[in-house]
Amino acid sequence: MTLVPLGPNQIAFLLHGAVWTVVLSLIACLGGGALGMVVALCRVAPLRAVRAAAAVYIQAVQGTPPLVAMFLLYFGLPGLGLNVPSLLAASLALIVNVSAFLGEIWRGCIESVPRPQWEAAECLALSRTQRMLRVILPQAVRIAIPPTVGFSVQVIKNTSLASVVGFVELARAGQIVNNSVFQPFLIYLLIAAIYFAMCFPLSWLNRVLERRTGGWRRRPAALTAAIPVVSA
Amino acid sequence: MSDTPIIELRDVQKSFGTLKVLDGVSFAVARGQVAVLIGRSGSGKSTALRCIDRLERIDAGEITVCGHRLADPKLELRALRQDVGIVFQSYNLFPHLTVEQNVTLAPMAVKRVPRAEARATARDVLARVGLADKAAAYPEQLSGGQQQRAAIARSLAMQPKVMLFDEVTSALDPELTAEVLRVLEQLAASGMTMVLVTHEMGFARRIADLLVFMHGGKVREMGPAGILSDPQTIELRQFVSHELAHAGQ
Repeated sequence: MTLVPLGPNQIAFLLHGAVWTVVLSLIACLGGGALGMVVALCRVAPLRAVRAAAAVYIQAVQGTPPLVAMFLLYFGLPGLGLNVPSLLAASLALIVNVSAFLGEIWRGCIESVPRPQWEAAECLALSRTQRMLRVILPQAVRIAIPPTVGFSVQVIKNTSLASVVGFVELARAGQIVNNSVFQPFLIYLLIAAIYFAMCFPLSWLNRVLERRTGGWRRRPAALTAAIPVVSA
Repeated sequence: MSDTPIIELRDVQKSFGTLKVLDGVSFAVARGQVAVLIGRSGSGKSTALRCIDRLERIDAGEITVCGHRLADPKLELRALRQDVGIVFQSYNLFPHLTVEQNVTLAPMAVKRVPRAEARATARDVLARVGLADKAAAYPEQLSGGQQQRAAIARSLAMQPKVMLFDEVTSALDPELTAEVLRVLEQLAASGMTMVLVTHEMGFARRIADLLVFMHGGKVREMGPAGILSDPQTIELRQFVSHELAHAGQ
């Protein structure tokens, strides 16, 4: 028995699966992020009905497994005469899932910008949109970076769910290769290592960013001595 | 000084839940006048000030500010806020923007002032508050007194007709307080209509054209700074003697 029972074709197959994991992660994060931004803004909208609708959406999505959503899209829709390719089914299910979680995370970030900042912006006659874009969101983004990066690690791992609808990403590629060489311990250890190699940089980035929250702090607060007021 | 008041409160009532914070407050401020609201904590003076900028809605009565009737359902809030500047105890500068960006944001976004002109205005107002050399600094690189002066400059850049100051020196030590008070005195001397809430009694006496003493949500005494030397109510007498004892420590 050789140490690595894999031929170059099988390794290429795994790497091919890993590429699709990356692609699916990007689709889920970018699509889910865009939709999540809409959800977050709806959660803090002035209209109660909009806020309530967003809350219902978040509750509904967070309360159902993304796995079931994939089944629904991939196996359920053809029953209604709509054929959905596995990549599309997996992408949609993940986008919806990510948007609900990011929407709720970002709502918290927006609301954690201190209330007086809203008030100060309001008293300068800025419109609601201007207050949001120029004052609140730039500060909320700083707060949002660590939890957002942390959650995207979660998303990468969740892409493995797509294997159940026959989409060949890394986990499914591992299953297929294992079916021919039957070395499950070794194969799945290898798969785990590849996932780790994808997630670790993000976890590391997260730690770096968390260490420097409040990125506009260029240097420590320099309390310069009180200078005399120039007479007008 | 014209005779028609630029700010007028008439029988203003305001409650937070069951707590009545303003109970029939009336006073008027003429153009160019400096009105100072004094009284103990909880007497309603900050709430009265916030009502003038419609940060709090009143339950009854009438407030007119620069011709805006605040009870009017069709009130243009943003037009009111362009006429009224307000400075808070906690400065509330935008931490992600430099001092200059804090000052130019509203003129550029609200009044569509071109960047070059907005920056020129910023230089001008920052010089007036003695911060000409801090335009590129971020708020947290400034002392409390400097942050408060930057907040005043930010309001001034909108060229308001009225300026409100809500205990703007309460978070500052005596030295920093003095530099902020000097700015306020210059501003008053330039003819700005101002309403201040302050605990600095010496300053109130110097700067006020109109002193409004509030107690328990009511205006108990009102008049020129001289009313402090000859209080008519027991509440103002107690307040003045307490403040004097406090200042003597």
